[in-house]
Amino acid sequence: MTPSVLLLAIVAMSVMAFWIGKTRALSLVGGTRGIRSLHSLPGHYGFLTALWAGLPALLILIGWISFQDDIIVRLVSSHLPADVRALPEAQFGLVINDMRNVIAGNIPAAQVAPSTAAAAAEYLQLRSIARLALTALVFAIGIIAMLWVRGRITPELRARNSVERLVEALLFLASTVAVLTTVGIVLSVVFEAVRFFNIVPVTSFLFGLDWSPQMAIRADQVGSSGAFGAVPLFAGALLISAIAMFVAVPIGLFSAIYLAEYADYRVRKIVKPLLEVLAGVPTVVYGFFAVVTVGPALRAWGESAGLSVSGESALAAGLVMGIMIIPFVSSLADDMITAVPQSLRDGAYALGATRSETIKQVVLRAALPGIVGGVLLAVSRAIGETMIVVMAAGLSANLTANPFEAVTTVTVQIVTLLVGDQEFDSPKTLAAFALGLMLFIVTLILNVIALYVVRKYREQYE
Amino acid sequence: MNSTSDEKAPRQPRSAAETQALVERSIGRRNRAEWRFRAYGMLAVTSGILFVIFLFGTIFSQGASVFRQSYVQLTVFLDPEVIDPAGTRLPDDLITADYQALVRESLKERFPEVEGRKNLRELYGIVSSAASMELQQAVIADPALLGQKRQFVVLADDVVDSLLKGRTMRDAPEEERRLSDQQIGWIDALQADGSLALRFNSSFFSNGDSRDPEQAGIRGAITGSLLTLLITLLLSFPMGVAAAVYLEEFAPRNRLTDIIEVNINNLAAVPSIVFGLLGLAVFIGFFGMPRSAPLVGGLVLTLLTLPTIIIASRAALKAVPPSIREAALGMGASPVQVVAHHVLPLAMPGMLTGTIIGMARALGESAPLLMIGMVAFIVDVPQGVFDSATALPVQVFLWSDLPERGFVERTSGAIIVLLLFLLVMNATAVILRNKFEKRW
Repeated sequence: MTPSVLLLAIVAMSVMAFWIGKTRALSLVGGTRGIRSLHSLPGHYGFLTALWAGLPALLILIGWISFQDDIIVRLVSSHLPADVRALPEAQFGLVINDMRNVIAGNIPAAQVAPSTAAAAAEYLQLRSIARLALTALVFAIGIIAMLWVRGRITPELRARNSVERLVEALLFLASTVAVLTTVGIVLSVVFEAVRFFNIVPVTSFLFGLDWSPQMAIRADQVGSSGAFGAVPLFAGALLISAIAMFVAVPIGLFSAIYLAEYADYRVRKIVKPLLEVLAGVPTVVYGFFAVVTVGPALRAWGESAGLSVSGESALAAGLVMGIMIIPFVSSLADDMITAVPQSLRDGAYALGATRSETIKQVVLRAALPGIVGGVLLAVSRAIGETMIVVMAAGLSANLTANPFEAVTTVTVQIVTLLVGDQEFDSPKTLAAFALGLMLFIVTLILNVIALYVVRKYREQYE
Repeated sequence: MNSTSDEKAPRQPRSAAETQALVERSIGRRNRAEWRFRAYGMLAVTSGILFVIFLFGTIFSQGASVFRQSYVQLTVFLDPEVIDPAGTRLPDDLITADYQALVRESLKERFPEVEGRKNLRELYGIVSSAASMELQQAVIADPALLGQKRQFVVLADDVVDSLLKGRTMRDAPEEERRLSDQQIGWIDALQADGSLALRFNSSFFSNGDSRDPEQAGIRGAITGSLLTLLITLLLSFPMGVAAAVYLEEFAPRNRLTDIIEVNINNLAAVPSIVFGLLGLAVFIGFFGMPRSAPLVGGLVLTLLTLPTIIIASRAALKAVPPSIREAALGMGASPVQVVAHHVLPLAMPGMLTGTIIGMARALGESAPLLMIGMVAFIVDVPQGVFDSATALPVQVFLWSDLPERGFVERTSGAIIVLLLFLLVMNATAVILRNKFEKRW
C-alpha cells in the first residue's frame, strides 16, 4: 500500500478499535443496563482502544517514511558498478537524479545508462518490498495493540483517566512545535553559516564593504575569489527601511490620532477597515505595483526634474514598502492611544488645554513607549520584507545613501543566491544562510526590545 | 497649559486679569494650531485612502481586460492525408500529426490572395500556436471527425489581442508596432465578418503557464496554491488549536510554559523568508523531500501560520467566561471534558476566524515558497502534493518579470483573482465572527 492509503487504513483501524473497545466494555457489564458499574463512560474505553491501535502504528509509519528513501538509495547505490561509484560527488548526484527521473516516469529508461536503469529497477523492487513490509508491520502493531487493550478492559479500568492523560500529552506536544520551529530555524541557519564562516572569515563578512558573490567556475578566471562583505546589503536594507518609515510613521501616526481622537464613530467604522485593507494585500502585489507603476513614474519625474533616477531606485521600493506598513503603524498606534486612560485627557481639558494640546502634550507622551515599540516592530518588518525589494530594488551592491540609486538588500541577496539550480555546498548558497542568520538575529533583537517595551507599557495602564 | 512655550522668564506672580489677557492674546494662535493639527490628521487619513484607491485602481485597470481574449473562428478541413496518411487511426499517430499545416491551410483558404513566403508567415502569425493543440485534442477525442470540414474557435496571437484591446496603436508608424499594415488589414477583414472577436477568456482559467502570453493561464498556479493550503490547513488548524488549548487551559505556570509563550510571540514576527530557509535546510536538505512540491510548501506555511492561529485561538479561549468552566466542573466533568464539551464549542467561531485569517496570509505568501523552489516554469497542472508546482502569488512574481506587454495584463489578472480569493476568505471570517461570536 502507498503511504497515503496506509494512513487511511490506520484511521479506519482506529475507528474499528473504538467500536470494539466500546462494545467490549458494555458487554462486560451486560449492556447499557449495567453501565453504572463501569468506571468510565463506554466511549472512554473505545477511545483508549482507538488511541492504542492508531498512535503506535502512526509513529512507525512516519518514522519509516522518513528513512525509507534514504536507505533504499544507499542500498541501490552500493550495488552500482564500481566506476560509477568512484565518480566525484556532484556527478554521482546526477546519476542518482537520473535514476529518480526514471522512477518518476519523467524520462524513459532507455535514455539513461544501463547501470542507472538497472538501479531504477532495483529501487522500484526494493520500494515495493519495503511497502509490503511496512503494511504488514503497521497492521500487526495496530491489531496486537488493539487486542491487548481489549483483553485488559475490565469494569474497574480507569479508562477516562488514561485517555485524558494521553490527550493532555498530545496537547503539550502540539505546543512544543513552536519551540521546535525556533530550534529548527536556529540550527539550520547556524549550521550552514558556520560552514560558510570556515571558508570566509566572520570579520570580512560582517565588516567587508564589497559584495560580489560571483564565484567563477574555473579557478583561473577573473574575479574567481568572490567578495562577501555584508555591509552594503545591510546599508541598502536600512536605506529602504528608512524611506519606508519616512512614509509610514507620519501617515500611520496621524491617521491613528485622527481616528482615535477626532473622527466620530461612523467615520472610524468605515475608514479603519479601509486602511487595514492595505495590510491584507499580498506583498507580491506591492512589488508589482512598485515595478510597473511607481518605478517608471519616479523615473519620468526624475527626468523632468533633471535628476538621474535609476529604474530600480531605493526610493520606489521604500515608498511602496511605506504604504504597506501604514496600517501596521496606524493600528498599533491606535491601540496605544486608546489605552491611555480618559482621566489623563480630562485632567488636561480641565486645565484649559485644547484638543490638540492634550494630544500632543499628554496623550502622545503617555503613549510614546508603546508607539516606539510599534515603530520598532515595523522596522523589523521592513528589514525582513522580501518580495517588494526582490522585485523593485536592484541587484548591484552599492554602498550609497542616495535614494535615487539602486541598492540591494539582505533579503534580495538571499533570494538571488538560492533561487535557481545551485550546488548545495558552494560558498554562494552557504552565504545565503549566513545572511539569513544575520537577518534572524537583527529582527529578533528588534522584536524582543519592541515586545518588551509594548508589554511594559500595557501593564502601566491595566 | 497656556504658558508652556512662553514661560522662559523667571516666574512672577501674575494677577488674574493678566492671565486672562495672556490667554485671550494666545487663543487665536492656539486655535490655528488646533486646526492645523486636525488637518494633518485628515490629510493622513485621506492619503491612506487614496493609496488604497490608487493601488486597486491601477491593478484593476491593467488587469480587467484579461477576462476577455481575442479568438479567431477558423474553418478547418481535417485532411486525413495530413493527419493520418497510413489510416491507422491510432492515438499515437494522431498525436504526432502536423496540425499546424491544417491551420495554415485554413488561413490560406480564407485569404487566397496572399502569396510569397514572407507574407504567408505574417498571415500565419495571426493565430496562436495553441490552435494546433486545439485541433489535436478535438481529433483525439473523436477520430471520426477526420475528413470533415469543421468550425474551430482558436486563440489569436498576442499581437492581435493587443491591437483589439487598444494596447497597440493603429496610427503608430509601422516599424514601431509589432503588426504590419497588411496584418491589420486581415484583422479588420476577420473582424468585419465576425470571425475575430473578443470573447470570455476561458483559457486563462483552464491553462497552465506558458511562454506565450495568450496561452498562459492560472489553473496550474491555483491548483498549486489550493494543494499547498490544504496541507497547511490540515496541519496548522489541529496543531494550533491543540497548542492554544494546552497553553490556555492546562499548562502549569512554570519556566517551560513561559519559554513556549515568548517563543510563539517572537516566531510571529520572524521574517517569512527565514521560514523558507528552514524549509530548504530541514525538509528538503535533511529529510530529502522533493523540491517545488506543495507538500513542502504546505509544511513551511504551517510553521509560518501556526503562531497566528495559536494567538487567535488563545484569545478566543480567553473570551469564554470562567463561570462556564466552573459550572461544568461542578457538575462533575473532568478538565478534559470541560474543554471538549463546553469551552471548545464556544470558542470555535473565534478559532475558525483566526484560522481563516492565517490561511489568507498563507495564500498571499511567496517569499518562503521561492526558497523551496516553487518558482519553476511549470506548464502542467499538478496532480498531487508531490508534483512540482507553483502558487498563485509566485506566478504573479514570475510573470511580472517577463518583458512582453501581454504579461502585464496577465499579471494584473492573476492579482485580481488572488485578491478575490483573499476577499472571500476575509469576508467569511468577518461574517463568522459577527454571526457566531457571543459576548458575555
